[in-house]
Amino acid sequence: MPDGLAIDVHGMTKRFDGLTAVNRVDLQVRTGDICGFLGPNGSGKTTFIRMLCGLLRPDGGSGTCLGHDVMTGSEAIKGLVGYMTQRFSFWDDLTIHENLDFVARMYSIGNRRRVVRESIERLGLEGQGNKLAGELSGGWKQRLALAACMIHDPKLLLLDEPTAGVDPKARREFWEEIHRLAEQGLTFLIATHYMDEAERCHRLAFILNGKLLSQGTVAEVIEQAHLTTWSVSGPDLTGLAGKLRVRPGVEQAVAFGNTLHISGDDADALLGAIAPFRAAPYEWRGIDSSLEDVFIHFMGGRAGRQMEGPRMDGPSS
Amino acid sequence: MKFSPSRLWAIVVKEFVQMRRDRLTLGMMAGIPVLQLLLFGYAINANPKHLPTAVLMADNGPQGRTLLYALENSSYFDFVRRVKTEPEGRRLLARGDVQFVVNIPENFTRDFLRGDRPAILVEADATDPVATVNALAALNAAVNGALKNDLKGPLAFLSGTAPPVELQIHALYNPEDITAYNIVPGLMGTILTMTMIAITGLAITRERESGTMENLLSMPTRPLEVMIGKIVPYILVGYMQMALILLTARLLFRVPMAGSIALLMAVTFVFIVANLAMGITFSTLATTQRQAMQMSMFFFLPNILLSGFMFPFRGMPVWAQDIGEFLPLTHFLRIIRGILLKGNGFTDVVRELWQIALFAIVAIALSVKSFRRTLD
Ligand SMILES: Nc1ncnc2c1ncn2[C@@H]1O[C@H](COP(=O)(O)OP(=O)(O)O)[C@@H](O)[C@H]1O
Ligand SMILES: [Mg+2]
Repeated sequence: MPDGLAIDVHGMTKRFDGLTAVNRVDLQVRTGDICGFLGPNGSGKTTFIRMLCGLLRPDGGSGTCLGHDVMTGSEAIKGLVGYMTQRFSFWDDLTIHENLDFVARMYSIGNRRRVVRESIERLGLEGQGNKLAGELSGGWKQRLALAACMIHDPKLLLLDEPTAGVDPKARREFWEEIHRLAEQGLTFLIATHYMDEAERCHRLAFILNGKLLSQGTVAEVIEQAHLTTWSVSGPDLTGLAGKLRVRPGVEQAVAFGNTLHISGDDADALLGAIAPFRAAPYEWRGIDSSLEDVFIHFMGGRAGRQMEGPRMDGPSS
Repeated sequence: MKFSPSRLWAIVVKEFVQMRRDRLTLGMMAGIPVLQLLLFGYAINANPKHLPTAVLMADNGPQGRTLLYALENSSYFDFVRRVKTEPEGRRLLARGDVQFVVNIPENFTRDFLRGDRPAILVEADATDPVATVNALAALNAAVNGALKNDLKGPLAFLSGTAPPVELQIHALYNPEDITAYNIVPGLMGTILTMTMIAITGLAITRERESGTMENLLSMPTRPLEVMIGKIVPYILVGYMQMALILLTARLLFRVPMAGSIALLMAVTFVFIVANLAMGITFSTLATTQRQAMQMSMFFFLPNILLSGFMFPFRGMPVWAQDIGEFLPLTHFLRIIRGILLKGNGFTDVVRELWQIALFAIVAIALSVKSFRRTLD
């Protein structure tokens, strides 16, 4: 990867009889980055990831994954990529040890026994290797899956909603591990729904209805949304929210604790909309839009309007 | 990416462990053959006696009575009814009240004494030929034996070449006749076909339905490794079944084993592989386990009907024989009957064996070709 890009693809497209699940998506991820892949259910995240690791044949597109052509090099890519499926996909009727051992054999790993033993130790499951995978709880299944897809020492990890249904403590530990691995030079593309997780990523890519709407750092993505947000406090905020939502220029009126956040992408229209209420007992304050505001903004009605993000060719800011 | 024996071995080990852990299926694999053999075998091997018989006696002479007495003595026939007319006898047969109607015609004694070779008509309900075949064999002997005693003195001239009476047997409803020795070896092949196809029929679809296929496909592997890896553990199961069946056949049914058991075991390898390969082909073509099961059933039908298991192969119309020739079971039945009953050797079975081998190779090639390496 001479240009330091682990993923560099253009125009990736996948159609399922009539439905365009992924529509000309360009994505660049630098080596060592953690890229968050955001988008509501059915937006095409899984489909895109499957195309990257050769599980689906793209209908269009070009580019490289770890330096290998995505259209023709999927055998080579498979050997270098670790893919964690959205649904647990290891064998329930094999034990932890047998699952890991199988994966290690499939990748023809030298000193397999030691690698598997160390993997179980790192999992913190010494002495429990004989437990059937099907008997593990959700959190442990997810850790087993991560351990298994890393056993062949991959350069790129494609994780499809890895923390869905995992408790907050396990999620935090999981992310600490991800950051540790990224520091060692691993690259991550992680599909997720969670805002707090998105904020832990180096970069984000937001996809909706198969189209990439925005990509960049958290700040860049927020910036690209051109969203203006006001915070208001005072009595009967629920009533106020109802009144504001129907006014032109107001996209969202969402309660945050004792305040209400009002957003819209036309700053002047928004100003006009709130003008009648800018008096006591309400207190108004202009604030930075949060990632969640942006996320909802993208999802609400803006579908399909492509936002050209800055290309990340080579190292930038 | 080249074919890798170590990856093949990885799949073999995985499948073997999964197979071992699936106690229910494994138990069925052992239970089905024994159960089937017991059920089929005993129904067949039974030599039913004291079968209900009706008599239509139109003759009053002593020879007619001698005859009936001899039949009853053979212990195959119990005379439960006397009928006056032929239609009356037919009705009893149709209703299943009697198995046979013995019809001794008018003037039987007179014609017998004149040397006119009178006819005795025996009508048999042969819906289940197994039930009647022994009785009918006994009938012939009883009739000739009984009347021989009367052929002394002035009647001695009748004991020449031709039998003194003409025995006419009408096997009604089902003129076929199947013997136990024929069917038990046939069952071995049929059971193997059924279980081997059913078990690998699920091999690929199960991975697809449980979502593990996505995982397997994301690893570097070749279809041939997956196919062979999934077949190998079940070869063992096939042999386990074979051993159970042979043991049962020998110990319980005393099926003769004229030829070499080692040869039979060696030949069976090709047959087992052919069926496993067929099953795995279904598994790659189907999208769900249910579909795979339906395909297996669909394949199983001609195997039962056209292989020579149910009906004698030579009795089938040519088109049915042509289909039958494609099936591994057809050839295996000839092989196993040949080895067990006729004591055939290797040179005799090769003629059939290569056709099974060809089937196996084509099936494996087909499964590799139709194995989808992606999820779309
Ligand atoms: N194998 C498939 N066949 C047909 N449609 C599919 C298939 N896989 C996904 N889709 C459709 O493609 C769209 C994108 O799905 P997916 O990539 O799973 O989204 P996400 O992972 O973002 O939730 C959805 O509308 C889904 O129904
Ligand atoms: Mg998904």
